[in-house]
Amino acid sequence: MNLSEIKKGQQALVTKVNGDILALKLFEMGVLPGELVSLEHIAPFGDPIAISIGESKLCLRLEDAAHVEIELTAWKD
Amino acid sequence: MERLITVALVGNPNCGKTSLFNALTGLNQKVSNFPGTTVEKKIGEAKLSGQVKLQIIDLPGTYSLYPKSADELVTYEILRNKSETNYPDLVIFIADASNLKRNLLLFTQVSDLGVPALIALNMMDVAERRGITYDIPVLEAQLGVKVIPINARKREGIDTLKQVLLTDLPSVHKEYFSLAAVDKNMLNDLSKATDKRNAYAALQYAINAKDLLSEKSAKLKAIFEKYTFNIRQFLEDEVFARYHIIDVAVKAARLKPKDNLKQSVTRKVDAVLTHRFYGIGIFLALMFLIFQAVFSWSTYPMDLVEMGFASLSEYVKNALPAGVLNDLLVQGVLAGLSGVIVFLPQIVVLFFFIAILEDIGYMARVGFIMDKVMRPFGMNGKSIVPLIGGMACAVPSIMASRSIENKRERLITILVIPLMSCSARLPVYTLLISMFIPDTAVFGPFNIHGLVLMFMYLVGFVAALLSAWIFKQFIKSSQQNYFLMELPGYKMPLASNLLITLYEKAGAFVLGAGKIIIAVSVVLWVLASTGPKAKMDAVAQKYTVQMERMSEAEKNEALIGGLSMQQNADYLEASYAGQFGKFIEPAILPLGFDWKIGISLLTSLAAREVFVGTMSTIYSVSGADDNLDSIREAMLKEKNPITGKPTYSLATVFSLLLFYAFALQCMSTVAIVKKETDSAKWAIIQFVYLTVLAYGSSLLVYQIFG
Repeated sequence: MNLSEIKKGQQALVTKVNGDILALKLFEMGVLPGELVSLEHIAPFGDPIAISIGESKLCLRLEDAAHVEIELTAWKD
Repeated sequence: MERLITVALVGNPNCGKTSLFNALTGLNQKVSNFPGTTVEKKIGEAKLSGQVKLQIIDLPGTYSLYPKSADELVTYEILRNKSETNYPDLVIFIADASNLKRNLLLFTQVSDLGVPALIALNMMDVAERRGITYDIPVLEAQLGVKVIPINARKREGIDTLKQVLLTDLPSVHKEYFSLAAVDKNMLNDLSKATDKRNAYAALQYAINAKDLLSEKSAKLKAIFEKYTFNIRQFLEDEVFARYHIIDVAVKAARLKPKDNLKQSVTRKVDAVLTHRFYGIGIFLALMFLIFQAVFSWSTYPMDLVEMGFASLSEYVKNALPAGVLNDLLVQGVLAGLSGVIVFLPQIVVLFFFIAILEDIGYMARVGFIMDKVMRPFGMNGKSIVPLIGGMACAVPSIMASRSIENKRERLITILVIPLMSCSARLPVYTLLISMFIPDTAVFGPFNIHGLVLMFMYLVGFVAALLSAWIFKQFIKSSQQNYFLMELPGYKMPLASNLLITLYEKAGAFVLGAGKIIIAVSVVLWVLASTGPKAKMDAVAQKYTVQMERMSEAEKNEALIGGLSMQQNADYLEASYAGQFGKFIEPAILPLGFDWKIGISLLTSLAAREVFVGTMSTIYSVSGADDNLDSIREAMLKEKNPITGKPTYSLATVFSLLLFYAFALQCMSTVAIVKKETDSAKWAIIQFVYLTVLAYGSSLLVYQIFG
């Protein structure tokens, strides 16, 4: 499963980040294997999405989120 | 003997760097270029004691020293080059305590470059609200550097920070990341090839420079190939190794376990502001509010400025003996200046709203909402901030586009920013719109002026999108395209930050525009009041003959009333300015413009707002007074000498509005585009494109409705 498929209320663990420059940029911004991630908001036109990871809130396009592999851990709330 | 300490402020975006810079320097700051480069620097000064002066360089926020965008590159370039005159004695690293782990990644990279550094730990209050607190002495011991807790927005800890700089200035750097896993021979080769004494600095430079097309980069590339060095893998390993070191330090210093149960205010606010209906609704409502504020609320201070200039002109006119100097000052300089300074309140109001939205963190949300909309036009969500900023001024907005990582998206954004109606068009729009729509016209609670103005801004925005789409078809890029942006927590706007921004912008407008306007006004006044001797004499002759034919009574009447206006108009036509206007008239007649507008088009080539000043000068020369109402009156009374119809028909005004909406009449923009794109090519393409667009649309409109 990858990050572009995450639903509101789900919590997941980042397992792997693919891609070249994009992956490095994601690492620098705190998207790392082992971090917990959840979906915060979806933009009005359905894309991009805002996620909460570590202590930051990031937004990224669905096509970029597809490079982040995740594993669902639990339902939050 | 005075001692000067140079410090650089470094940190992630949104870490509170600007607030700290403002707290340290107040109004003692200026923007200029690094010597011999096009890299812009923001430098401020502060006194530490009688003998020690602090020079503070504010560097753009970045996430790492492997720059991915033009503004990140600025920071890297300053920190890597020890021979640079502004190379800092010390880096003050501003770390956001509420997101410490990610912030420290950059810190360890900066320190490894070999610059002495200390950490200013900011936003402790935000962290505490999320249940995160740190034991500062433990953090200092773990990282091996001085950590000073500050609250930049509340100006807490600033004195302690200054005290440390004065008495306890760190002079050595700490190394974090080990290059033990990297081939020693390759590091030696790289160090030799790059003249860097520090192996990490050499490797980092080689990685950043390898993609450039220079002799040196080819050499560096060859070294990497020789040792079959996997750059991608190394960078990943480096990030993980750094995060591991940081993790250990941060965990040891953390006092309470993470407690994420409390719902943050930011999340609740975002649920509304990024909502699919409310989010867009609120964005549009905010934009509309800004237009109303700019157009209706600013009228009161504008009236004051206008009255002030009127009495100043009156005073100067009476105080100085009548003659050339008097005319030059009153009809040339003051008329030109008042025509533009009067719009200062509108510009301040506009900048005020944009600065507030930026300061509280709303602009990032607009980028998030609009990314999908911008994509088909070859731009992304980050383009929105420069585009909205373009409504205030294209120059800082073009510089703000540096945050866009993708070169093609950045170029397209730069090319279309001037189509956003900037504040310099406000004077022109205001004058032209008010010619045909009375002030009192309202539509429900809204002023129709405001609505028409908003329509003009919309025209600019749509033209920007369509032009972006056109440019997208011609500009190709192989660079990987992504959109990744942080949504910072909301903050209360900070009065001192806003005031400093407004002071800077208003000062730049008054000085920048003022200089051009005074010069243009004086030159124009001279050109408009002198002319080829033969032509001027002919006009004088004509009136002498006319006077001789008149009866005594007619003569008196003519001297007091109408004839002098006609006489002035004839003199203007005979003047050098008039001759020039006449010369280009055939080219602009199809757009509905006469030779007087022609003069204004020429003078406003350097800056649009000069249009109004020129109009006041021209109509002041031909007899009218110099306040806005009277320019408007004079323009409305103006008749075409051949047809006898008014010069300013609705079609002419509409055509003129479109011309000013599209044409690139701003030398500062041309200069900044050349600088930012690093080539004259794109500045020329942009200028030609916008001129053709302006001429074509005006032609179309006038030919259809004229």
